[in-house]
Amino acid sequence: MNSNLLISVSLVYVAFLFLVAFGADKWARSDRGSWLRSPLVYTLSLSIYCTGWTFYGAVGYAARSGLEFVTIYLGPTLVMVGWWWILRRLVRIGRAQRITSVADLISSRYGKSNLLGVIVTLLAVIGTTPYIALQLQSVTLSLAVFRAEDAGAVAAAAEQPGTALWVAIGLAVFTVVFGTRNLDVNERHHGVVTAIAVEAVVKLVALLAVGVFVVWTLAGGPSDVARIIEESPISAWQIDGGRWAALTFLAAAAFLTLPRMFHVLVVENVDERQLATASWAFPLYLFLMSLFVVPIAAVGLARLPDGANPDLFVLTLPLAEGRDGLAMLSFLGGFSSATSMVIVAAIALSTMVSNHIVMPLWLSFRRGGASMSGDVRNTVLIARRVSIGGVLALGYLYYRFSVGGEALAAIGLISFTGIAQVLPAMLGGLFWRGATRIGAAAGLVAGFTVWSYALFLPSFGATVFSPELMAQGPWGVDWLRPQAFFGIEGMDPVVHALVWSMVVNTTLFFIFSLISFPTPLERLQGAQFVNVLEHAQAGRGWTRGGAEAEDLLIMAQRIMGGGEAQALFRNEAADQGKSGYLPDTTPEFLERLERELSGSVGSATAHAMVGQIVGGAAVSVEDLMAVADETQQMLEYSSQLEAKSEELARTARKLREANTKLTQLSVQKDAFLSQISHELRTPMTSIRAFSEILREGPLEAEAQQKYAGIIQDEATRLTRLLDDLLDLSVLEAGQGALNIQQTNLHNVIERAVAAAGIAGNGLRLGILRDTTREDVAIETDPDRLAQVFINLIANACKYCDATDPKLTIWVSKQRGRLMVDFVDNGSGIPPEAETVIFEKFSRLSDHQKAGGAGLGLAICREIMDKLGGAIAYLPGQGGAAFRVSLPDKADGDARGPAQPT
Amino acid sequence: MAAPREPIYLGRETYRRRRLIDAVRLLPVAGALFFLGPILGSGAGPRSTALGGLYVFAVWFGLIILAAVLGRWLAAAPTGVGSDPLENDVPDGVEPEREGR
Repeated sequence: MNSNLLISVSLVYVAFLFLVAFGADKWARSDRGSWLRSPLVYTLSLSIYCTGWTFYGAVGYAARSGLEFVTIYLGPTLVMVGWWWILRRLVRIGRAQRITSVADLISSRYGKSNLLGVIVTLLAVIGTTPYIALQLQSVTLSLAVFRAEDAGAVAAAAEQPGTALWVAIGLAVFTVVFGTRNLDVNERHHGVVTAIAVEAVVKLVALLAVGVFVVWTLAGGPSDVARIIEESPISAWQIDGGRWAALTFLAAAAFLTLPRMFHVLVVENVDERQLATASWAFPLYLFLMSLFVVPIAAVGLARLPDGANPDLFVLTLPLAEGRDGLAMLSFLGGFSSATSMVIVAAIALSTMVSNHIVMPLWLSFRRGGASMSGDVRNTVLIARRVSIGGVLALGYLYYRFSVGGEALAAIGLISFTGIAQVLPAMLGGLFWRGATRIGAAAGLVAGFTVWSYALFLPSFGATVFSPELMAQGPWGVDWLRPQAFFGIEGMDPVVHALVWSMVVNTTLFFIFSLISFPTPLERLQGAQFVNVLEHAQAGRGWTRGGAEAEDLLIMAQRIMGGGEAQALFRNEAADQGKSGYLPDTTPEFLERLERELSGSVGSATAHAMVGQIVGGAAVSVEDLMAVADETQQMLEYSSQLEAKSEELARTARKLREANTKLTQLSVQKDAFLSQISHELRTPMTSIRAFSEILREGPLEAEAQQKYAGIIQDEATRLTRLLDDLLDLSVLEAGQGALNIQQTNLHNVIERAVAAAGIAGNGLRLGILRDTTREDVAIETDPDRLAQVFINLIANACKYCDATDPKLTIWVSKQRGRLMVDFVDNGSGIPPEAETVIFEKFSRLSDHQKAGGAGLGLAICREIMDKLGGAIAYLPGQGGAAFRVSLPDKADGDARGPAQPT
Repeated sequence: MAAPREPIYLGRETYRRRRLIDAVRLLPVAGALFFLGPILGSGAGPRSTALGGLYVFAVWFGLIILAAVLGRWLAAAPTGVGSDPLENDVPDGVEPEREGR
């Protein structure tokens, strides 16, 4: 196959990608680009995890060690499936704090520390450079395969460095054009992401096509493939448990910490729906990508000559069968894998380099301050572009000087282990408020050192670490041998480096976090990060300082661009109720401005820039206290207000109740007046009538006697009524003095029974008593109490309708009160009347029979109130039953002698 | 100031959603256990790559299906897929409260 044709096709493909990226950017700016934010595009953009290493190397890996290659995909699968644990937090934090990169995350979490930003950036650059070299190598190697078809030998063609250089330059141009088009990272790189999504589809289709071709065309079906696998050298799965677990963990860790993965996972994320869909769709993508790896490896081993590079089976199998079209597709797949990874890695790394290294340096060189001179916006963009060039140049140089050194997969794992050192600081920062800057720095540096010494430097071979050092340790110190710490031999080098670096990293991270004390800003940020799910409120970092709004506007214009900065300032001023472009520089505004800026230049730089203008017044403990005091005061004030309003409501309620009562009383008073006039008029009418008869004419003595008797009876009734009324009004007005004295209940009851017998027309009522129970000393007004008892007994006399009326008087004690029950054996009081019998003028039976004014029970109630007791109707006793309850003040010495009955 | 306490009893809907979230949380743990399963007894000797591959891919696929089903159920909530009823959610695009002054 003509390699020139291949190069032409590649160029056309690249041009197509340019068009896609260009179109997507354009769409995104217009309003038609909502599909660019769909979960599908997001999921596909995650596929940059599958690099050229995956595309070609997985088959090679499988051809060497069987199923183990799959661990590289299982780790990310677990992370994605467990998105609720970590990714959801990361994405929330990324949005709330405008995180621009993994270095920015660490820096921002630990008090916007630029030191940590620099460490993570360096770690990322060192860890990613070999990986970029790997991609260049994979493109070059795959091109060389086609050249070999022309020239005859792969090895000879592979030595042409020009290819890698041109690929690197092409990628740099693409990345600069689409990756640094806009500055605000939160606006997201729609062009790049869409191009990557397209590449993701190409590489999946390519690998599936080769897989289908191998399984159904070359092997003849799934069962034949199984047979071929069983007969191949990889039929026996000699599982290395340590490596299996360690690589799964490593892949999961790297998936979270790789700068390019962080970029597509967190920075380019728009909402959580994307994450929820990707949680199963991305594992599915990985599943499909690895489905045919083992069959391709087995068939390749069986059909291709010995010595063929298994890393290139995906390409060489179709070529060997003469399927040039398929080989072309496969090449494009590998090309896509390599280029998409390099593009995103370059964007992520350049963001980190420019935000954490170039910008702080630039700021410190310009002592005049961020607002003084120079276009920051341009500087940032230039810094990014130069960084992209620098990153790719580093990758190219690494490729030039280490070419042919390692199998593809080995470099990949080394790189993974290096970048995984960020994991403790990242997870610690997300879940543990006690994690501090010093702890994170110590852990990172120590882990990085162990990784370099045990894995990275030895990977260069004898040029860096001599064989003697590898075998005997530095200066003959045996237990420091790079691949056998403390003399523990026989471990796989990657597992060895991973375990030791992680152990040292995590241990130091914890120890230094425990013994160091965080700055206020660190503590604020720590709380923000750890509690991001509970309250998404941004932490306060600024106090009301002497910052000049104009200086801030000048600076913001330089970073965000004139229009956006002015819009931001004007909105803020409008919110504050001011016109024009210059709002008050409140802490809230500084906070918001800093967050907006951090989207462009990273949190640490933004913090430093605002700090230069505000006068470096970051928060101090005193400021925090002031803020806390202020909050406390506001809380108190609001709770006072609340209390007051409650009080008002209570008063209003009381007033309403009082009003209701007054109205009721007025109604009662009217009713009372009409009652009383009626009660008075009835006897008066008969007195007047009979007295007129007496005056008018001579009457028989008998009649005269009778009429005078009626007049007297009625007058007596009137007198009694007036007496009762007087009594009641005296009691109600609280004027009647009580004659409280020590006495015995028995005596009072005795007196009442005797008096009632006199008052009634002969005692036709049988009274049952238990006199021994009545022997209780009480302190009360005996006359008044007797009045109550007399009334009750008289009532029973009057109203008990039994043929053989009986009244039971029963004394008991309940809960510290003395109860005297009067229960007769009549038909009792109907339930509907029970509530009214204590009201004035309430009479149940007819007027004449009662012979009273209906004030008796009302008077009883008043008396009992005065005596501190109560009287109530007791339903369900078989007859009318009244219960008089008295406070039981009985003391041993107060017991008076009971008189014998 | 004391942290706001979680309610002790939840409504039926909320309760179901919390249990669903528990299932989502549990999924990676179960997946990890199944993926690490082949380590058990691996010292005894080599196994069949074809059968081992079948096992791994079957577990993998099952995990994907479960994640998809749970994700679909989660999405049924009116407040969105990522919301937990016990968290004070700030919906997407809404700035923190104090921004409004």
